[in-house]
Amino acid sequence: MAFDPSKVRSDFPILAQAVNGKPLVYLDNAATTQKPLAVLDASRRYYEEINANIHRGTHHLARAATAAHEAARDRVARHLNASESAEVIFTSGATDSINLVAAILTLVPGDEVLVSALEHHSNIVPWQMLCERSGASLKVIPCHEDGTLDQDAFRALLSERTRLTAFTWISNAFGTVNPVREMCAAAKAAGSLVLVDAAQAIPHVRIDVRELDADFLVFSGHKVYAPTGIGVLWGRRSVLDALPPWRGGGEMIKEVTFERSTYNVLPFKYEAGTPNIEGAIALAAALDYIEGIGLEAIAAHEQHLIRRAAEGLSALTDLRLFGPDDRVGALSFGIHGVHHYDLGTLIDQMGVAVRTGHHCCQPLMARFGVTGTTRASFALYNTEAEVDTLIAAVEKALVMLR
Amino acid sequence: MSIAEKQQQILEELSFLPGWQERYEYVIGLGRQLPAMSDKLKSSDKLIKGCQSQVWLDARAEDGHVRFSADSDSVITKGMIALFVRVLDGESPDAILSADLSFIDQTGLKEHLAPTRANALNLMATQMKQRALEIGAA
Repeated sequence: MAFDPSKVRSDFPILAQAVNGKPLVYLDNAATTQKPLAVLDASRRYYEEINANIHRGTHHLARAATAAHEAARDRVARHLNASESAEVIFTSGATDSINLVAAILTLVPGDEVLVSALEHHSNIVPWQMLCERSGASLKVIPCHEDGTLDQDAFRALLSERTRLTAFTWISNAFGTVNPVREMCAAAKAAGSLVLVDAAQAIPHVRIDVRELDADFLVFSGHKVYAPTGIGVLWGRRSVLDALPPWRGGGEMIKEVTFERSTYNVLPFKYEAGTPNIEGAIALAAALDYIEGIGLEAIAAHEQHLIRRAAEGLSALTDLRLFGPDDRVGALSFGIHGVHHYDLGTLIDQMGVAVRTGHHCCQPLMARFGVTGTTRASFALYNTEAEVDTLIAAVEKALVMLR
Repeated sequence: MSIAEKQQQILEELSFLPGWQERYEYVIGLGRQLPAMSDKLKSSDKLIKGCQSQVWLDARAEDGHVRFSADSDSVITKGMIALFVRVLDGESPDAILSADLSFIDQTGLKEHLAPTRANALNLMATQMKQRALEIGAA
């Protein structure tokens, strides 16, 4: 099932450039992925051929744009194996999706929201704000030293007070893959709603929302080779139908009078205002692109690279790898006595782009007693040679810093 | 040596270092040479906010002159602040306040920095002038 990354690299024009006179080695894919020509073409074609506002126009272009936008929704629904396309709500990204859910839930004092220690700030702060608003309290599933969640503690924290449980599928900071099916089942058995953050999972693993049995699942398009500004909230119809609308405005209404308005049905109930039409179409193109290569082949290739990187880096003195050995997507490491920022600055000079810092996971960094890590994260277009360049660059930087 | 002359001296030293690697080794060397601040001095009021790495700055008066000490958990950041310390340490508050610190733009180091760190350099310069102002007014 292996594929040749050197062939797919030509699909990504941005990768051909040099940085500081060295070929760009882009290993910051957990922050955002680069876009293939198929996605860039889809965006451009939309504006060149069918740009119009959707849903209400009677003219040809409006019909074509509406059809393309709704076909994109169908494409996402198929990718997630959703029961119906109406369960797919387009948002501006995973953060927007989580904020939407946090805005439409009503909690009361005594209720609890359960999140995990691995969460990105985007899957913490909206819940904190909901708790502040409602008097509910936020509980945290702790993690073990290897960066996996403490499942016993998780089950002990679940109770009839748990109204919502939110956790990530894959940790952006450590690459930890959570046992999401089991966690969904446990939370549901306790009577809690469940939200799964699939922002890091979407480019690496197959997602089947029916098998997963969560109530909400969110992701951003830009993490899966689509543009920024488009994302998805998948929500179970029976749950979303019972919840109130959020933003008011065009498309989310059925009828408006100055006395009262009635609201549209799913998915439009949650899509006030002109949506990111081009973004949705480009997201569908991105999903077509990865399925054209094969998600399983991509995952196998990325796993090979991340293991090679972990092995190569482990050989360096005083190096600490974070997260479990079966990490996916992201490899986080620290070197005793070396500030991650210094390391990142020097390897950037050698053309290697990684992320340094807290990865928007300050509570997790505090748990591990560090201010940040250096994180290399992988995508389908990365190569063995790039992994070797990363390792050589880190070695060279350490010589300079020690 | 005046502040301007010290700045000129740094630029001359850097002119012998054409490559990024030599320039960074120079900065790392400066960071290593700058004495560490004691943990007692590294209180939160000495911390310069807005830097990705932690930077502490202390200033005290000595015979009408300002003596600076600084530290950072990042050696590159510490080397950068060492450039400022070398230029401003031991000068009078007035000389510090009127100093033109744009030499840092001519070092060629700034364009290699992430915007957050380039911004941190401006913050350091501002903070050093602020402390000089406080000492001058005291």
